[in-house]
Amino acid sequence: MYDVPNTERDTTVNDIKISANKVQVYYGEKQAIKDVDCEIQDKTVTAFIGPSGCGKSTFLRCLNRMNDTISVCRVEGSINLDGEDIYDKRVDPVQLRAKVGMVFQKPNPFPKSIYDNVAYGPRIHGLFKTKAELDDIVEKALRRGALWEEVKDRLGDPATGMSGGQQQRLCIARAVATEPEVLLMDEPCSALDPIATAQVEELIDELRSNYSVVIVTHSMQQAARVSQKTAFFHLGNLVEFDDTSKIFTNPEDPRTESYITGRIG
Amino acid sequence: MTMEHTDAVPGPSTKSSLYALSPHVKKRNAKEARFKAIGIGAILIGLVFLVILVTQIVGNGASAFQQTRIDVELTVSQEEFDSAEKSSLKTSKYRGILENALLVTIQENGIETPFTKGKDIRPLISSGAGNTLRQHLLTHPDQIGEPFKFNVLTNGTVDGYLKGRVSRESIANDKSINEAHLELVDTLKDSGVLRKGFNMGFITGNDTSDLRPEQSGFGQSMLGSLAMMIVVLLVCLPISVGASIYLEEFAPKNKITDFIEVNISNLAAVPSIVFGILALAAFIQFGGGTLGFSALRNSAPLVGGLALSLMTLPTIIIATRASLKAVPGTIREAALGLGASRMQAVFHHILPLAMPGILTGTIIGLAAALGETAPLLMIGMVAFVQMDLDSVSGFFSDPNVGMPAQIYIWATRADGAWYERAWGGIIILLVFLLTMNIIAIILRRRFERRW
Ligand SMILES: Nc1ncnc2c1ncn2[C@@H]1O[C@H](COP(=O)(O)OP(=O)(O)O)[C@@H](O)[C@H]1O
Ligand SMILES: [Mg+2]
Repeated sequence: MYDVPNTERDTTVNDIKISANKVQVYYGEKQAIKDVDCEIQDKTVTAFIGPSGCGKSTFLRCLNRMNDTISVCRVEGSINLDGEDIYDKRVDPVQLRAKVGMVFQKPNPFPKSIYDNVAYGPRIHGLFKTKAELDDIVEKALRRGALWEEVKDRLGDPATGMSGGQQQRLCIARAVATEPEVLLMDEPCSALDPIATAQVEELIDELRSNYSVVIVTHSMQQAARVSQKTAFFHLGNLVEFDDTSKIFTNPEDPRTESYITGRIG
Repeated sequence: MTMEHTDAVPGPSTKSSLYALSPHVKKRNAKEARFKAIGIGAILIGLVFLVILVTQIVGNGASAFQQTRIDVELTVSQEEFDSAEKSSLKTSKYRGILENALLVTIQENGIETPFTKGKDIRPLISSGAGNTLRQHLLTHPDQIGEPFKFNVLTNGTVDGYLKGRVSRESIANDKSINEAHLELVDTLKDSGVLRKGFNMGFITGNDTSDLRPEQSGFGQSMLGSLAMMIVVLLVCLPISVGASIYLEEFAPKNKITDFIEVNISNLAAVPSIVFGILALAAFIQFGGGTLGFSALRNSAPLVGGLALSLMTLPTIIIATRASLKAVPGTIREAALGLGASRMQAVFHHILPLAMPGILTGTIIGLAAALGETAPLLMIGMVAFVQMDLDSVSGFFSDPNVGMPAQIYIWATRADGAWYERAWGGIIILLVFLLTMNIIAIILRRRFERRW
């Protein structure tokens, strides 16, 4: 609607952070993602939902080129981050991943101290000059990860000794410490108990003020709770992409409706 | 649903007590009991063999760590020293001096003996004793003209007599020694002039000619093995870690890497003698001959180490790749997801986590190389080599042997004294292997998976 005044649009719609055009992903001969177009906004939580094996993780991993590490995986189409094609030859995936951080399904802290886990990103990207600055970054990241109060007295303890929920929040803090612009999360709560899940969800909501967050989830309640936008994937297609409230109350596609009412998946 | 919900689900037809075992369970339990019995039997058989092995080795070899010596009081005057040094048969002159001094010592101790000349008691002392005395005087010239106590090695036969290897019957055909000598040995032993003591020379000494088993030592071959192990470690560790990291983390999966992978596994199964002949052709004939590297010559530990490296490389590469594979992919993903490069992921996270496994594999590979003889056959390292341990000029290039080769050489010699030494060598070799394995176990324990 071109006649809507800009000022009014700004209050409801944020800038486009990532836009995907005609994305196809193949694992060898098998096509896992078909013709996906999608625009992900800044300072918004976007949820990817859909039945298992529909390609949510695959598409998510395209957004920071983690798929490059799978030799049989091939991506076609274009994905732009702030208008720049991330699959352009000139783009170094390592540099891209510093901007587009990722949190995985299973908490995967390094078998090192809590401090070293968070400090790793800033160290390899050279984000600080003095030890004090690094201490600062680590503290800030742990606060963002809602973990600071719990671990501030034992930063030297091994991260692998923490509970699953703490480990996952540490992984989020670790991702945040490199100051990414987008945070991708692949079922970040699937290995956590309900209390830890609630903590992480709260955290995701807070992160929205600074980052564009994309979260894959198999829990529709979770998508409804944390996201503003929801994308429904089915058999490699992006079936429907809209405001979360719209998807859950008034979906347009019958497949979306069947899924959220529990008939497929 | 084809069945009506109201239909009662049929219950178990007969009620049976939990206390009574059903025939099926009885049969299964019997099977389990049989399997356990077979397992215990197998372990027992293994233990019996182990006990036999250990008692054999210790029983045969422990005596090599003891050697019989005689204390001789003697004074070598300046004239005697000068005339001996002028002689063309220096060592036999010194031996004469020793024999005379021993006779005097015997008489001074009030021991009755039918022998009247020093020459008569020659069979008692080691044929190398003259040279030992000479070396002693050359290094301690201040003792010339002064009385001093000299500890002389007895002859191997005398030593064997005290250790029960030689008996009066067994020397019946031996022209060099007779019963009267053995009687004298008995009285000398009773008076304490002659006694068995710890044989340091066996651990530190070099190989000697056939005739002087009492003077021979295992030290030379330990040096040879040490030199070879250093070469193996320096060659294998960097190459195998490099190759494994490349194959595991960087190489594209295609026909060429598949081919390489299959061939590494095949190499590990190649008989070690093949690596020996390869080393002969590549290092000695081509490297030493055609290219003219003088250190690459027959019997040089450098070449031995290279031959053993060829043999050990595939083993270590396989162990290294297995430990790299064992690092969970989630760690790799975590690092890459944070924007680490592949190199950084490998060197910051994967390699440190794989290191204990790599080191364990390396030590086990080294231990296998340490015990290997066949490749050394081909490059002249299983031969009599007497090294002057006081002046080793080329640790890696002077001809030498390895421990197992030394054991083999000794075992092929005629005199029973050599047989004892071969077993003694086996004890030392096993101590090394055991130590290496213990280090490997400690490493594994210490760095047990931390994820
Ligand atoms: N590494 C891979 N190699 C081959 N096929 C894969 C790989 N990862 C995922 N796939 C396939 O791609 C499809 C989408 O998988 P995925 O993105 O993991 O689904 P989701 O996360 O929605 O459960 C599935 O059919 C799956 O079998
Ligand atoms: Mg998934």
